[in-house]
Amino acid sequence: MSATVQTLEAMERPPVTMTSRLEGELLEVSMGPQHPSTHGVFRMNVALEGEIVRKLKPVFGYLHRNHEQIGEHTTYLGSMPYTDRLDYFCSMTNNWAYALSVEKLAAIEVPERAQYLRVILAELTRLQNHASLLGFLLSDMGAWGTPLMYAFREREKILDLFESLSGARMMCDYMRFGGCRVDASDEWLAAAKKIVDRFPKFLDEFGELILGNEIVIARTQNVGRLSADLAVSAGITGPMLRACGVNYDVRKVDGYGFYPRFKFRIPLGEHGDTYDRLMMRALEMRESVEILKQALALIQPGPILNSKVKIRAFRPPVGEAYGRIEAPKGELGFYLISDGGPNPYRYRVRPPSFINLTILEDMCLGHVVADVMVILGSVDIVMGEVDR
Amino acid sequence: MSEIDEKLRTELQRQGIWVTSMQELYNWGRKNSIWPLQFGLACCAIEMIATAASRYDIARFGGEVFRPSPRQADLMIVAGTVTKKMAPQIVRLYNQMADPKYVIAMGACAISGGPFKQGYNVLKGIDRYIPVDVYIPGCPPRPEALLHAFMELQRKIDGQKLTGTDKAEFLKPEQLSEFPVPKFGEHDLEPPANRDVFQPPKLERV
Amino acid sequence: MELLEQIKARIESSVPGAKTDIVPNGTPSQQHSLLIDNAHALAVAHFLRDDPTLRLDFCSNVTGVDWLDRVVKKTIKIKTVVDGFEKEVDQTTEEKIPGYLEAVYHLYSMAHKHGPVIIRMRTEGRAKCAPLPSLTPVWRSAEFQEREIFDLYGIRFDGHPDLRRILMWDEFEDYPMRKDYVQPDDFEWEPTPHDEVLARAKQHYTARPELDGAEKITSHSDVATPDK
Repeated sequence: MSATVQTLEAMERPPVTMTSRLEGELLEVSMGPQHPSTHGVFRMNVALEGEIVRKLKPVFGYLHRNHEQIGEHTTYLGSMPYTDRLDYFCSMTNNWAYALSVEKLAAIEVPERAQYLRVILAELTRLQNHASLLGFLLSDMGAWGTPLMYAFREREKILDLFESLSGARMMCDYMRFGGCRVDASDEWLAAAKKIVDRFPKFLDEFGELILGNEIVIARTQNVGRLSADLAVSAGITGPMLRACGVNYDVRKVDGYGFYPRFKFRIPLGEHGDTYDRLMMRALEMRESVEILKQALALIQPGPILNSKVKIRAFRPPVGEAYGRIEAPKGELGFYLISDGGPNPYRYRVRPPSFINLTILEDMCLGHVVADVMVILGSVDIVMGEVDR
Repeated sequence: MSEIDEKLRTELQRQGIWVTSMQELYNWGRKNSIWPLQFGLACCAIEMIATAASRYDIARFGGEVFRPSPRQADLMIVAGTVTKKMAPQIVRLYNQMADPKYVIAMGACAISGGPFKQGYNVLKGIDRYIPVDVYIPGCPPRPEALLHAFMELQRKIDGQKLTGTDKAEFLKPEQLSEFPVPKFGEHDLEPPANRDVFQPPKLERV
Repeated sequence: MELLEQIKARIESSVPGAKTDIVPNGTPSQQHSLLIDNAHALAVAHFLRDDPTLRLDFCSNVTGVDWLDRVVKKTIKIKTVVDGFEKEVDQTTEEKIPGYLEAVYHLYSMAHKHGPVIIRMRTEGRAKCAPLPSLTPVWRSAEFQEREIFDLYGIRFDGHPDLRRILMWDEFEDYPMRKDYVQPDDFEWEPTPHDEVLARAKQHYTARPELDGAEKITSHSDVATPDK
């Protein structure tokens, strides 16, 4: 081993030039469904030449629990708790996307305080989702434990907020058509403000721990590059799309909720590699903190639920609606067809992490098998949403 | 290896002499080093990770060594919805674990299918194919509930006898430690349940 | 963004032979959709993606819908002369619509940041593996979603690069999201059976009239329901 310190430029190696000693001989490996780094029960059938990935086919369905069919058999309100279990890290944003679609379907107005509460909870969700993701990603790279412990320490604080508001840590079931279920007390808002104010300190600490780390840079820069054209064509959304430099954030494009009232920036990447995807999450958390500060300052007392909405025996008019929001994983949409009955005729979820996996093979080809886990980790999937 | 008289033992302990039996020593070691299989299925897996993470810290009970390989694991925490597509893999993983092995069914889905019971691809409880030691209700159960289940399991291990007619099941040579893996059928898993393990509850009316 | 009528007119002038229909949507969401014919679907999709003013480069959501045979009742008021007086009389006409499967695509533009334009395609009947043209060559994001429709609804997408079951296992034969799918009966005791579950519970139930008197399983749905 030479003692010279390598510069970061020298460490950026294009992995495609690596040659295999087992040329032409392919080894088929099934990774998953039980695998510590597949983020659940995801499976990939990989054909390897030596250590280099030549073919990769994802296999889904190990957590296909028929969310859509159950949604067609229950009432509109009855599906709300089920949406919690789609992307089980982000129950609040799932609730919001579903509530938004039904509100589109039946033209329901949402009171001002509820809109602010929704923004606050969605951004808190984004904070805890991105923090946990960075922890998991580092775990995939072999940093067992430590970064995840830091991330989960922060996550628990936010979960405490969710719990004191909605009664559940993860499955909040908080939003309703035309508002929210329970009001936040002044003490709750003060506690949220305290956590939000302290969050940048955690981000500094966490960023110092991982983002400048040489091993992280060596494992992520130039790994799993994705071009902007392919990303757009493959319907990639969320931080993964913006890491390719495409400026598309549903919060800005659709301006749903009260997002047009807040000042925030959309971080954009340049290279579309794993490092950029990682940085997108780190930067988005900073912007979320900004939104949260503004929202917590602007929120005023008022009603939280549109009193004209029928909670029971709710029957929207015949027709259909597609509503979407910017969930932490990407564009989360709900497509509902109503036949005038108490339950939807068709209930469809547009799952961002499922569609973001479309180009997994394209990103992994030519990389060594250890990079597959890092690339998969940077996609940010949750199986509850992938398989539904 | 007979049981020591409880009074005699406390008397000896008072005088600084620690007397134990082989069985107690063995169970003490086993119950404080339960290695769970690192294996999550759904939402409950996140609570399982939270249990292992900083705040709840399952290491206090000797259970922090999550093993990715079933060969090294003592405990399978079935954390989440078991789908019909996943059920054969779970039985296979269970078969690969070395005896003595234990199963915690974590959450409503692993117990009975839970909220997703009506789903066509959802197995209505993992106990249709493998025996379960501890059931924890909840959707998902809180980390404290998982810790409680863990302590219940420790209590169970502590009570297992090594000899005699009432010795632990896994020590009996005739006891099965492998279970048939269900096959993918055209409409359902075949068979839909292992009748040796699972007896459906009878419909009872009061 | 252009109105749907304008888009329809431009499709019909740009893609020769293409037939499109506007499917109106009665809800306040006002998301009307375009029904395109299967023969020209690929050309229409290319036009929608590449047209400089539309540039619908982002296919967000692809999904299937199963429509069973249904009867649509229309009531029209007709003026007729009854006993010398002119009266308004309701006349009900029944229209039978045979069942079909539908694929719905929600298109947005990332370049111009507008949308959605919704296009739909319909199969002829509800046969097993009813064909539709695949739009995956135009939008890559349709790849897994069309596979999912094939898996759950049984629409065969011609031209799809890799059409296999995606969520269910390969040996599976049914299409579980179809409205007439019947689940395998793995019933077990449930505390509050209702609707279909109650019907299934009754099949597994042996009558004990000497103990219970009347043969009945009570459930919450038998008790008065204020909601319904």
